[in-house]
Amino acid sequence: MNFYAFFAQLVALAVALVMAPILNGWVNQCRAWLQNRSAPPLLQTYYTLSKLFHKDVLLAHNASSLFRSAPYIIFSCMALASAIVPSLSTNLIYSPAADAIALVGLFALARVFIALAGMDVGTSFGSLGSRREMLIGFLAEPALLMVFFTASLISRSTSLSTIVETLAHREFVIYPSLAFAGVAFSMVSLAENARVPIDNPTTHLELTMVHEAMILEYSGRHLALIEWAACLKLFAYSCIGLALFFPFGIPEAADPVSLAIAGAILMLKLAVGGFLLALVETISAKMRIFRAPEFLGTAFLLAVLAMLVHLLLEAGQ
Amino acid sequence: MIELALVLAIPLAAAVLLALFGHYRVAADINSAGSLLTLVAAGMLTIRVISEGPLVVLDEQFFVDPLNVFLIALTALVGFTTSLFSRPYMRIEHDHGRLSASRLRLYHSMFQMFMCTMLVALSTNNLGILWVAMEAATLTTVLLVALYRTPSSLEAAWKYFILCGVGIAQALFGTILIYFAAERVLGPLGGALLWTHLDVVKGGLEPTVLSLAFVFLIVGYGTKTGLVPLHNWLPDAHAEGPTPVSAVLSGLLLNVALYAIVRCKVLVDGALGTHFAGNLMMGFGLLTVVVPAFYLSRQKDVKRLFGYSSIEHMGLITFAFGMGGPVASFAGLLHMTVHSLTKSAIFFAVGHAAQMAGTQIIDNIKGLIKQSPTIGWGLMLGALAILGMPPFGVFTSEFMILTTAIKHYPWATPILLTALGVAFAAMFGKVQGMVFGEPTGRPLSHNPALLPVFLHLGLVLMLGLWIPPYLAEWYRQAARLIG
Amino acid sequence: MSPSLSQGIPLASQVINLCAAIMLLIGFAMLAQRRVLTLINLFMLQGFVLFVSTLIVALTTKQNHLLWSAGLTLLLKVIALPYILHRLIRRLSVKWDIETLLNIPTTMLIGIALVIISFNVAQPISQISGTITRATIGIALACVLLAFLMMITRSKAVPQVIAFLAMENGLFFAATSATYGMPMVVELGIALDVLVGMVILGVFFFQIREQFDSLDIRHMERIKEE
Repeated sequence: MNFYAFFAQLVALAVALVMAPILNGWVNQCRAWLQNRSAPPLLQTYYTLSKLFHKDVLLAHNASSLFRSAPYIIFSCMALASAIVPSLSTNLIYSPAADAIALVGLFALARVFIALAGMDVGTSFGSLGSRREMLIGFLAEPALLMVFFTASLISRSTSLSTIVETLAHREFVIYPSLAFAGVAFSMVSLAENARVPIDNPTTHLELTMVHEAMILEYSGRHLALIEWAACLKLFAYSCIGLALFFPFGIPEAADPVSLAIAGAILMLKLAVGGFLLALVETISAKMRIFRAPEFLGTAFLLAVLAMLVHLLLEAGQ
Repeated sequence: MIELALVLAIPLAAAVLLALFGHYRVAADINSAGSLLTLVAAGMLTIRVISEGPLVVLDEQFFVDPLNVFLIALTALVGFTTSLFSRPYMRIEHDHGRLSASRLRLYHSMFQMFMCTMLVALSTNNLGILWVAMEAATLTTVLLVALYRTPSSLEAAWKYFILCGVGIAQALFGTILIYFAAERVLGPLGGALLWTHLDVVKGGLEPTVLSLAFVFLIVGYGTKTGLVPLHNWLPDAHAEGPTPVSAVLSGLLLNVALYAIVRCKVLVDGALGTHFAGNLMMGFGLLTVVVPAFYLSRQKDVKRLFGYSSIEHMGLITFAFGMGGPVASFAGLLHMTVHSLTKSAIFFAVGHAAQMAGTQIIDNIKGLIKQSPTIGWGLMLGALAILGMPPFGVFTSEFMILTTAIKHYPWATPILLTALGVAFAAMFGKVQGMVFGEPTGRPLSHNPALLPVFLHLGLVLMLGLWIPPYLAEWYRQAARLIG
Repeated sequence: MSPSLSQGIPLASQVINLCAAIMLLIGFAMLAQRRVLTLINLFMLQGFVLFVSTLIVALTTKQNHLLWSAGLTLLLKVIALPYILHRLIRRLSVKWDIETLLNIPTTMLIGIALVIISFNVAQPISQISGTITRATIGIALACVLLAFLMMITRSKAVPQVIAFLAMENGLFFAATSATYGMPMVVELGIALDVLVGMVILGVFFFQIREQFDSLDIRHMERIKEE
């Protein structure tokens, strides 16, 4: 059993690393279709990454060691995060570590480093981006925590695998609180992953960019790692969302057969999720940065509501 | 049965008739005739209830007992006298060009409709219908307050609608809560909103729900009663609407809203077995007596002045009902009667006075006694009566309320006395200035109908000197019902 | 509540709970909304949710009069009132944006506080209730209070009226879902009152605009205490 758990953990990590850029490519492809453009290939992100890996790193002469180490830290945070999310099985070797609050902390750690790195060189764009990123993070994290708390209240545990187990293997009950939390989580994910209503991953317009502004000074393999980490972050968020709100098909066992089935189901869910993300990005317009607090405030509100609704409507049942 | 049907049907029929013919000259006469017929029917109903006891009719939806038959009779009476007063008053307004013929039609029709909704509210046995009728009364009076369509009258009507709409929504929530509690005892088909049924099982109703329900109900219906701090609409609506409307608002609508609170209080007292509802009413009542007393002296508009005075008296009645017990409830009912009669009489006089002076500003109204002794003395005597001068009935009821308060709640007495004193000082000076001095106004184009003023004041005087035994017995029965 | 009714199908009660949650969500959405048109649509949606929950209560408890009130809700709150409102704002050429007296995030925070308060107030009631949807009374109260808050924080006449109607929705929800419906006469009466009130207000809007050249309530400050 333990071996299976170890094996499943390895598979999960590998799937995350491989699938993340593909998911990114898929979203871009869907978006291109929806906008009536000719789509880039599905593996485009890989081409970009390999191109970047082959390029030389160009460092600003006043860049510190923090600037150089940040991409590795960010990448490993994201890789760890996407590995511990129970997307394929709830019986992973890291399952005990997969605590909802720890996960939020992991994302926060990555955020701190990317923001520090953004300011490290001392360009105005970098600090601007960092400032905006911290603003968004400051608002998004409480909402994310609230979402996790709601799910934790339902399953009486903050361990992700326990939550998913409870939610996936219960009899069918409508949880209005989960619906609210789901909406809140989607909104937070959009903000956290620098997606359209808050940020645009494809823009380099100085007035609007957030994520891109911070990584403007990066090049070569550093940039590749950061891009990959961004893909992993999207993948991790998608998996968390799927695990919390559509947990059906995530097995408890970790044997190869159920892993394979779970993998197939995950692909399907990710494909649908990616398409929906592209749809959202297509039909909504980017907000001014000053509207972001309102957007995230709404997310927070929804998450709080989810918790209240749970306490009132569902606690006694 | 037939009497009650008549009481409700006559105003409704009159409203329909006046909606069609309200713009003719004869409309005012139809209005008075309809009101007279209603009064006759109400009188017959009263006799019937006195001789045969409480009446439950029409599939138990209507219910008349000593408590509400007394208010029905009062409503019909004041409705009738107001219609007499409004005949010349509205003609003068028409002559002055403030109202077109179609507005008169609206006025006449809505006046009767208003009477109808109030009579339904008083006679219904169903707490839900009571709510519906109260809301309908709000809607009709909103139209009446906005009759002149001036910016300030629209503003007053809007404020009135929004505040009372919000208030009455709270009352609906309270009603729902009562239904919620009662359904568990009576079952979904047991008539869980019928007051008579609720009264039987009130001891078994869930106290927590009922106390919460009462909070909502007192806030809701209290908005309509004009309880502080929900009274803001009242002076505006009184000042900006036509005077007959101010008279019925003060004289009748406030009573009906208070009646709704009292009905609910009976249930809540039965369920709780404590003095919770009474304490709440005393608290609101005391606040409502004190706050307007200090506003009185700042008023420049005569109708606003008397609007605030109505608030104050409503507070006093609420306080009396809150104290409870046979004497206080008796005093509350008596005060309800005399306040209605006196206040409408005052508004009748004030209406004509304002027409003569061409303004409602107190400083510009002067020398009423010289110009028209009847109006002047009517206003003077009315003001004396409402300020609680003996030998008028208001004195009797205030005296009873104060003595009961001294006996059971001595701490409240100085507060009440101070408020009444302040009100006296503020109002008496203002009325004196209007009544005496050299006249500034012009004569009226129609003879004012001042019979209602002196009829009301005569009745109030009579109630102060001698309450007829059958009336006293009737009050006593009603007071027993309230408890 | 008779015992036969309290053993409803759990699924129905779940759906009603879902409806309750959506009602609350729409309440907040209305509070946050900046556009009149969307506000009307949200109101329509709320009416529809109300209709669904009433229908479900009617079908599960087999109380036929609730079917009527569901139909009434559909006619009045989903079709008639939104239609009237749409026509009104087109005829009045109301500005699309709503001005609020408080900024929206603050309003939302107050809203959350209101929800917590109403949940607390409703807690003892929910505990003694025998109906399958016992918890909804707290949500209904929260909806009423949220609509109340919206009424206070809006400065234009049309949003205030929509808030008023939303308050009515909350009350209706309390009446149907939490207590399984008031007697038919009462519901008819309430519906009639709402409709008449709406028509009167419609007339009012024109009068107000004629007199004040705007539907902004803040212009209405002519009557003042001396």
